Amino acid sequence: MSAAAIPPDLIAQHQITPGEYDKIVSILGREPSYTELGIFSVMWSEHCSYKSSRLHLKKLPTRGKLVVQGPGENAGIIDIGGGYVIAFKIESHNHPSFIEPFQGAATGVGGILRDIFTMGARPIAVLDSLRFGRMDDPASGKRNRRILGGVVSGIAHYGNCFGVPTVGGECIFESCYDGNPLVNVFALGVCKKEDVFYAKASGVGNPVIYVGARTGRDGIHGASMASAEFTEESKQKRPNVQVGDPFLEKLLLEACIEAMHTGAIVGIQDMGAAGLTCSTCEMGSRGEVGVEIELDRVPQRETGMTPYEIMLSESQERMLLVADKGREEEVFRVFRKWGLEAVEIGVVTGDGKLRVKQRGNIVAEIPNRELADEAPLYDRPHTQPMRRVPLQAPPLPAPNVEQALLDLVASADLCSKRWIWEQYDYLVRSSTVAGPGAEAAIIRIKETGTSIAMSLDGNGRYCYLSPREGAMLAVAESCRNLSTVGALPVAATNCLNFGNPERPEIMAQLVEAIEGMSEACRFFDTPITGGNVSLYNETLGEGIYPTPVLGIVGLMKTAAPAGIAFRNPGRAVMLLGGIGAADDTRLGGTQYAKVIVKQLWGLPPALDLDLEKRVQDAIRDIVNQDLAESAHDLSDGGLAVTLAECAFGPAGIGARLDLDSDLRPDLLLFHEGPSRVLLSTAQPERVAALAERHGVAATVVGVTIEREIEIRQRGNRLGRWDIAQLQAAFDRALETHVR
Amino acid sequence: MTFGVIVFPGSNRDHDAAYAVANVLGQKAEFIWHDSTSLGAVDAVILPGGFSYGDYLRCGAIAKFSPVMTAVKKFAGDGGLVLGICNGFQILVEAGLLPGALIRNRGLQFICREVQLRPGTTDSPFTCLARKDRTYRVPIAHGEGCYFADERTLDELEAEDRIAFRYVGNPNGSVRDIAGVLNRERNVMGLMPHPEDATEPLMGSCDGLVVFQSMLSVAVRA
Repeated sequence: MSAAAIPPDLIAQHQITPGEYDKIVSILGREPSYTELGIFSVMWSEHCSYKSSRLHLKKLPTRGKLVVQGPGENAGIIDIGGGYVIAFKIESHNHPSFIEPFQGAATGVGGILRDIFTMGARPIAVLDSLRFGRMDDPASGKRNRRILGGVVSGIAHYGNCFGVPTVGGECIFESCYDGNPLVNVFALGVCKKEDVFYAKASGVGNPVIYVGARTGRDGIHGASMASAEFTEESKQKRPNVQVGDPFLEKLLLEACIEAMHTGAIVGIQDMGAAGLTCSTCEMGSRGEVGVEIELDRVPQRETGMTPYEIMLSESQERMLLVADKGREEEVFRVFRKWGLEAVEIGVVTGDGKLRVKQRGNIVAEIPNRELADEAPLYDRPHTQPMRRVPLQAPPLPAPNVEQALLDLVASADLCSKRWIWEQYDYLVRSSTVAGPGAEAAIIRIKETGTSIAMSLDGNGRYCYLSPREGAMLAVAESCRNLSTVGALPVAATNCLNFGNPERPEIMAQLVEAIEGMSEACRFFDTPITGGNVSLYNETLGEGIYPTPVLGIVGLMKTAAPAGIAFRNPGRAVMLLGGIGAADDTRLGGTQYAKVIVKQLWGLPPALDLDLEKRVQDAIRDIVNQDLAESAHDLSDGGLAVTLAECAFGPAGIGARLDLDSDLRPDLLLFHEGPSRVLLSTAQPERVAALAERHGVAATVVGVTIEREIEIRQRGNRLGRWDIAQLQAAFDRALETHVR
Repeated sequence: MTFGVIVFPGSNRDHDAAYAVANVLGQKAEFIWHDSTSLGAVDAVILPGGFSYGDYLRCGAIAKFSPVMTAVKKFAGDGGLVLGICNGFQILVEAGLLPGALIRNRGLQFICREVQLRPGTTDSPFTCLARKDRTYRVPIAHGEGCYFADERTLDELEAEDRIAFRYVGNPNGSVRDIAGVLNRERNVMGLMPHPEDATEPLMGSCDGLVVFQSMLSVAVRA
């Protein structure tokens, strides 16, 4: 195969640097063809190769006694006992969701679901972490509302039809996400331990089979689009966004699982980012074999597609699998049953190369390992994390706590997200023990009699103030959510959303966040089993807050959870972990600072890992011994907002608290210090005794009462609220914002 | 008692229905593939929730042509019990086994939430164990669940006592708060809410059991 030299501007258009081009030439021993250049450009894009982050990702803990599969596969796998495993991962679809919110989000769900069932696991839960620009922004509010509506209906469209419950998540609004929303989707599946499949080609001579949708011109260069900043021209990239078909994906799921059970499949991988290119060379590389395919056999929905287009298409709902030679018919039979196209397009070879032919002529020939696993690795310079806000607090307004709580519960971040999650089918599969709005999502595994708890957490404001502490706080909060429902956190997946890594102050945010996350995940024994890095989240040179999102899973017995809401009047209200320390500097990243002071400053809340762990161990024991009627951890909005949320249950029960503290009322009620849980109980002595055994303070701070909330500080009343009035503000806010 | 659960390629509450009758109620559940021309030896048929053939067209508009629907029609014609839940209700309406139509929710959005139902009649094999003086907590999960029929049909349904369940607090704009209806012979019921997802305490409610228990009680008597 000979190729003419490729002009430098075409190389630059592929976001291949001159240094990278030289490396390609040295790998091939010649100039690449145009098709090969395209193949390298997607595989070596930031999205597929992690070239800026890989060096630092190595710092993350990835092993643990329950880890069956860590990073490097389509999803991480954890042993949950009873002969079963779970597969889970989080993925971003940020860039496509800005360009075309509905399809961008829908295909984001589709992509992560395929990552799960390609491992042999049936998806049983989806959670999503969403961030948008402010809905009330005079200039961009309308667009931000449109993006929110499109993303939510896209997720609903895909997940509801596919038949996976969307059981939780988070949704935050900040100006920094104005031109760059974040759509991170987490999915989790379950299967028997012996039914796990890997994306590995093996057995020279085995057939390579293409199944699912036909290949079209949609989504070409999606992976490289996801690796560039947005500019004015980005709007022209709309054809780069794929179109999803959840019904086809459902067929693909059922057919793949059924085909896997025939025993005739050797390896399987979905065609996600970088489509046919990625699935062929990665499967070849993992199996240390070659893969040869003939493009004329690839089912195509358009005519006249070039090799470049076929190899780079990101058409959705496609899978590539390798079957045992001689048993192809068993596989084909299953796909026929489900009305799907399955075509043998190539063969596993022994030479380690990806060889692509069209009409018998070789159009690309690249060694798999170099292409898939030896992308350039960059140790990008990093300085001090970018930060443009003061450490010192501004003059704070005199606290009006009654109004502040009303404003906070009706604020975009803290208000009820019912308008969003009611659009999701969170009940299908009849295994949802705790769904949206709960402390953590809980799905029971009917086969094992145990349950899985899941929580997604991230806080861009904290991370902007200190990427290291912010990342640690996200791990701590996610684990705390799980512990508060009685689960033991066992493993994590991460989605790292950052700006342009070529800017040293942004790279520094990434490095510090990874190091913080690494330390906290080690401490809580929650290894990272996989995840996703999304860089270049910038629009017109403005970066987002560094936003690492953690998805942590925990194991628990199957039981009805205590729930966050107070259930009966006359119960003791206890604060586990104490009131905590707070000062003006540490108030700067809180929701109070955002909603009431309308500024960002200082540092995130201080985290004491040891205390955090003790509090979590204590609440897990308390909940598992059925000592708490309700339990809710303190996070965004602090003690007062947590208390209000506990009062928003069906029973209409509030509380009267009297707090023994010197703190100024705004700090006392709204600081967001971690390591605290508010619970109600009929057995305060037993709770206190159990907490003491863990070395944790558990003080009775009040009593549950009907219809209202009252907070006193050493006898002086700070505020009194009618629950119905507070809840009306909480319930209606989002719908009001959206319209 | 053996319940046949029809499986269209896009059914996604087929396992929920099977779990409710098999694991909770202790009866037998048999899955029946959509291209089957016979139902086998079943005592009742459930058309479960989901998106039959994707439902990118009107829900159920393609499903009514599937081979299994010919068998279901015959089964119903012979007096067999047929329960259509959500997408199953949509299919029964499209297939002409039940009157009316299911159109997009009034709010134009998919809604997943628990609703309260009140039995419209206890004179049917699906509601004979229900009580009219109480409500039943059962979830809905649909985008096209707004029941619609012309006035004459609605009057007829009421006159013939064929409204199986009504919403208390109408979530989707259904005319006369209708959540479920019966055919004239009373052996076919369509219901938008999901009784199969309210059959165990862990699901948050057991109120949906009444439908399956009613069916069972009739079968045992027969």
